[in-house]
Amino acid sequence: MGTTASQLGKDLLSEYQVSAQNAHKRFTELLTKDEKDLPNTRVSMERVLTLPELKSNPFRKRICYVFSTSEQKDGSLTFEDFLDLLSAFSDSATLEIKSHYAFRIFDFDDDGTLDCGDLEKLVNCLTGETDETRLTTEEMRQLINNILEESDIDKDGTVNLSEFQHVISRSPDFVSSFKIVL
Amino acid sequence: MRGRDTEQKEGTVIERKRRGGKGGEDEHQEQEKEKMSYRPGMRKERRAGEREQRIIKNQKEERGTRRSREKLKNEIRKSTREPESLSPEELEKLKEAVDERKKLIQGLRGKPWSMKKKLVTLRESQEFVEKYEGALGKGKGRKLYAYKVMMAKKWMKFQRDFENFKTACIPWEMKIKEIESHFGSSVASYFIFLRWMYGINMILFGLTFGLVMVPEALMGRPYGSIPRKTVPRAEEASAMDFAVLWDFGGYAQYSVLFYGYYNNQRAIGWLKFRMPLSYFLVGVGTVAYSYMVVIRTMARNANESGVGDDNSFNFSWKTFTSWDYLIGNPETADNKFASITTSFKEAILEEQESRKDDNIHLTRFLRVLANFLVLCCLAGSGYLIYFVVRRSQKFALDGLDTHTWWERNEVNMVMSLLGMFCPMLFDVISALENYHPRVALQWQLGRIFALFLGNLYTFIIALMDEINLKREEEKIVKFNITTWEASLYNSTVSENSTGPPITIQPADVPRGPCWETMVGQEFVRLIISDTMTTYITLLIGDFLRAVLVRFLNYCWCWDLEAGFPSYSEFDVSGNVLGLIFNQGMIWMGAFYAPCLPALNVLRLHVSMYLQCWAVMCCNVPQERVFKASGSNNFYMAMLLVILFLSTLPAIYTIVTIPPSFDCGPFSGKKRMFDVIQETLESDFPAWFSKVFSSASNPGLVLPFILLMVLAIYYLQSTSKSYKEANVELKKKLQTQNEENKKKNKRAALKAQMDLEEARKAASQTAEQQKNNNASLQDQEGETELCIKMKQDVFNHGMKRNIQCKQKTK
Repeated sequence: MGTTASQLGKDLLSEYQVSAQNAHKRFTELLTKDEKDLPNTRVSMERVLTLPELKSNPFRKRICYVFSTSEQKDGSLTFEDFLDLLSAFSDSATLEIKSHYAFRIFDFDDDGTLDCGDLEKLVNCLTGETDETRLTTEEMRQLINNILEESDIDKDGTVNLSEFQHVISRSPDFVSSFKIVL
Repeated sequence: MRGRDTEQKEGTVIERKRRGGKGGEDEHQEQEKEKMSYRPGMRKERRAGEREQRIIKNQKEERGTRRSREKLKNEIRKSTREPESLSPEELEKLKEAVDERKKLIQGLRGKPWSMKKKLVTLRESQEFVEKYEGALGKGKGRKLYAYKVMMAKKWMKFQRDFENFKTACIPWEMKIKEIESHFGSSVASYFIFLRWMYGINMILFGLTFGLVMVPEALMGRPYGSIPRKTVPRAEEASAMDFAVLWDFGGYAQYSVLFYGYYNNQRAIGWLKFRMPLSYFLVGVGTVAYSYMVVIRTMARNANESGVGDDNSFNFSWKTFTSWDYLIGNPETADNKFASITTSFKEAILEEQESRKDDNIHLTRFLRVLANFLVLCCLAGSGYLIYFVVRRSQKFALDGLDTHTWWERNEVNMVMSLLGMFCPMLFDVISALENYHPRVALQWQLGRIFALFLGNLYTFIIALMDEINLKREEEKIVKFNITTWEASLYNSTVSENSTGPPITIQPADVPRGPCWETMVGQEFVRLIISDTMTTYITLLIGDFLRAVLVRFLNYCWCWDLEAGFPSYSEFDVSGNVLGLIFNQGMIWMGAFYAPCLPALNVLRLHVSMYLQCWAVMCCNVPQERVFKASGSNNFYMAMLLVILFLSTLPAIYTIVTIPPSFDCGPFSGKKRMFDVIQETLESDFPAWFSKVFSSASNPGLVLPFILLMVLAIYYLQSTSKSYKEANVELKKKLQTQNEENKKKNKRAALKAQMDLEEARKAASQTAEQQKNNNASLQDQEGETELCIKMKQDVFNHGMKRNIQCKQKTK
């Protein structure tokens, strides 16, 4: 029962209910004409961020960095990376997968834990670009203290992956809001 | 390494081909590298002991499983090529390996690896399983085993395809996704609820249409054959008028749509279809099905949302889960930013303020005042409805033609208008109360719920009065019929002829009043007027307002879009409540008017399209965005309460009021449920009815109820104890971690001190040696030596440091 690679790929993809044809169509729209003929092209981050699903997302740059497999760490995505992105954000990805990737997205300095600097950048992303929507330093400090008080179980001043997953698993609407559909 | 390579070459050709000719060893190394690169921070310096520990533990695990897999593979390769000659232990090990691979394949979905890695692992595991699974069956009914394996695979594939097909069949999916991306998940949750309701109503429609309306229409006696199926002579002239039909009188009344049309013949048609039994069972079945579906959905929602730890992670959830990744519209995103900021600021402020309590007495007084005002409103609206219903009865007695359209439809209009304006009044009153917005919303919903419920029950009470009136009328009519028949008989006898018996047209026979049809008609009229009011308010309140704001803005003094009317927001909770109450009315009236589920299906279908269009065209995203899921179970709970409260009147009327003698499938019986008794006695064997009657003995039923109450009490107390155990474990976890941290610090300090000592000792010996020796060469040699010594001591100290941390963690 020898199966070809593409069929196996489709089998796995169909398990994730990600429509490969749709994803491929949207991805090739980002490529220029001569790039379309090359296999395994990388699309730069700026072009990926023109997708409407990502354009309004405050974490768009982090998402590109996390799913990118390029050596230069410039956030560029191949088609496989793009599919990884879609399957992690799809409806049928499990809570563990989503929380794992969410943790990596929120970890701005890539050190494996969410410390005060990460949390501050996170809150600033969430409150928008303009000055009137940002929090004051006092409010920020209090907010970060509250977050650490709630989530940091071992009181080391940072939130690690298991603490993060513990908090997220209790949240009723994480799974439904951590979704991107093309 | 070389040994493994040669064994690799002995390995299957297929495996090597698939890996593109590389050695398996490289592949494994690559995989491990990938694994390492995905563990953040591996490349950076080790910082915290716990992270190291975890990393090392995970690595060991993976190395362990990989090693065991390789060991297994080697063993299998070492064994002879012929599978039949495998010894039982090797067969066992092979089976274990195959099972492990199968588990890996199944659990692959949950692993946060990249697609490429997953594909490679999947391919590898599938080949392994394919190759050796067949081998396992050899020697013991091999063909059967292989056949079973193939069937299992085919079944899994079929299941997967069926799941895909089912997802593709979900109606309106694209519409809802579009709304989700523009308005966020809370508005979309209303439409998902609407779609779910549509599904339930389709099933109810299927039951009533297929088992009640169609058999009577096809196999029952046709229109005009018996008195109850014909329009009475007096009404015949106006039976086809649109006004009469719109009111569901005339031909619409004497059709399968209403209770009164059905004949009480025990079995109809060549199928011997038991019509009265079917009518009764469908009525009971719709209620039972609705209960089952609502409770099942509630249980599923409760499971998903986890234990009710609602406020313990307030700030963390706001930070980590408040962004809705489905938002693709910049305007919505801006709104979302603003609402997140507001919610942060509110939460911070609230936490600070919860420690203050200023002027509690004034707030309490204001809240009591507000509740008093609300109660007055509710009482006022209840009285108004009662008054209007009595007035409409008076109008009915005078004859419908003498009154205007308003007076004829007064009841329905008043109920719909109350439903529109009272919630706004409640909103204004709630400004007195000064609650947190979420609490205020819950109070508001509770009050609207009480308003609708009060209105509905007043309506029912007024209906009950009419039913009683009709029943009084029945006695008079019965008396009149006997006199009429007597006069007919007398007239024939007095003619003293042997002519043919007089045939009376069914339309001329005097008819008894039919309170069931009247009830059904009232409900149908109520639903229609409610629907019309909703659509008209939608068009005027949303569409017209949007048009006005858009076009008048050019020539108006102030900015209409930003200031006073501006575009409307989609009122999720109001719409959901409206939907729930409509469903309650359907449940109430479905027994007396089998056409209600069909009507509701049509209504929901139109609502879906109309509201989707209205939302996209006239509404703006909400300024304060609410969590959708927190309210999900709240709406389900309300639906359950409405289901209970609306089936209560129907059950009461079925059980206590005797059916009309002249219409419906139960006419002639003392009570409607007598049909069950009758069926049991005549259609089932004798022992069945004995069993049933003994089962309904109070001596059996009461202990059963007692047992259920005890079971509920027991389950509740165990769940309480589980919650307490949860809290205890959390505390334990915290203290344990704190202790570990302390121990860790102590051990690290100790190791550091040891390191310092060792360093000191090393430098001391180095100095001694320097002093003892004068030559440069020796010095160089010694400095090299002491550098090396220092290095060794340092490494040793570091290792001990790590070991200490490992041990204490």
